[in-house]
Amino acid sequence: MAQEDKKSASVVGRMRGWVKGLGLLGALGLFVAGILFWGGFNTAMEWTNREAFCISCHEMQENVYVEYRNTVHYSNRSGVRATCPDCHVPKEWGPKMWRKIQASNEVLHKILGSIDTPEKFNAKRLELAKHEWDRMKATDSRECRNCHNFESFDYGVQGRRSANMHQTGLNEGKTCIDCHKGIAHSLPEVNQAIGSANEEGATAKEFHPPTPAKEEAAAK
Amino acid sequence: MKTRSRLFSGAMCALLMASSLAVLPVQAADGGLKSLRGAEIQAPETESTDPFKGTKDSAPIERNYLQQPPVIPHKVDGYNITRNFNKCMDCHAWNRYKESGATKVSLTHFKTRDGQELSNISPRRYFCMQCHVPQADAKPLVANKFKPADGIK
Repeated sequence: MAQEDKKSASVVGRMRGWVKGLGLLGALGLFVAGILFWGGFNTAMEWTNREAFCISCHEMQENVYVEYRNTVHYSNRSGVRATCPDCHVPKEWGPKMWRKIQASNEVLHKILGSIDTPEKFNAKRLELAKHEWDRMKATDSRECRNCHNFESFDYGVQGRRSANMHQTGLNEGKTCIDCHKGIAHSLPEVNQAIGSANEEGATAKEFHPPTPAKEEAAAK
Repeated sequence: MKTRSRLFSGAMCALLMASSLAVLPVQAADGGLKSLRGAEIQAPETESTDPFKGTKDSAPIERNYLQQPPVIPHKVDGYNITRNFNKCMDCHAWNRYKESGATKVSLTHFKTRDGQELSNISPRRYFCMQCHVPQADAKPLVANKFKPADGIK
């Protein structure tokens, strides 16, 4: 205890010495500059967390945004909306920073023009969709759960089919994205084994990932 | 004088009560409710009158004849069939129906036009809603005497 007190006292002492060296005004100035920098940084980052910013590039505006406008997350009975960043940018600070750093890769591909026509976009749609499915799966669909808390589900109000599926699915350890794919944007090609269509598309395992319980049963 | 005035007020009371009695049955007839401006409040139901809009899940309607494609007993809003993905087959395919609890696609759909058997539905059956439609309580457009065949009763 005494040692800890000494330690903290020495820290305070060092701080005092530091403030003395800077001068009180200088220390205050640094403090205010810190607030201003942090505020500015945060404002600038939030400025990139708006739908208007996302669709300011035509890749988003002409492809995924148009598809999203036909879905319930854009237009619905009560007018509550989930905009691009609500699903695609984490709310927590750490994951948000990490996602924003990853997004610099998207800036690079914007400059390279990797998806600057609908044809190019659709050619890459499966790969891009898989990235989002994997990201959602890895975080237990965190961005869905920011609004949809399944502990608050009222199965009495849900339809017969959805109440059934939600309960069995969640008990098996499934997460939202395991079933709810393509709810806000058009799906990429999915291999449903109908003729020779979409043989290159998402496989059954990718589209309906098996749960650990089911894999065990299959192994037996 | 006093008795006279008492009599008078008593008569007035009786008159008032009688008039209220006379009015009561009329009020009962129209439910006794009127808007502040005296308009009838028994307006028709405000729910959608379009029987085809947003039909909810309901017990399947029986088929009327043997070859009739069964109708869809659930909502299909936003269930798109595109070149990339067939929403219906995501539940009704043979490799999906156990998990989804849906009715599996009939075996008659597994043949090509030339009669070759396939392992899944034939591409010519790809567009489910060309034949299967969501069920609705629709009145016949033309009066008719159609009756289901005896065999499927």
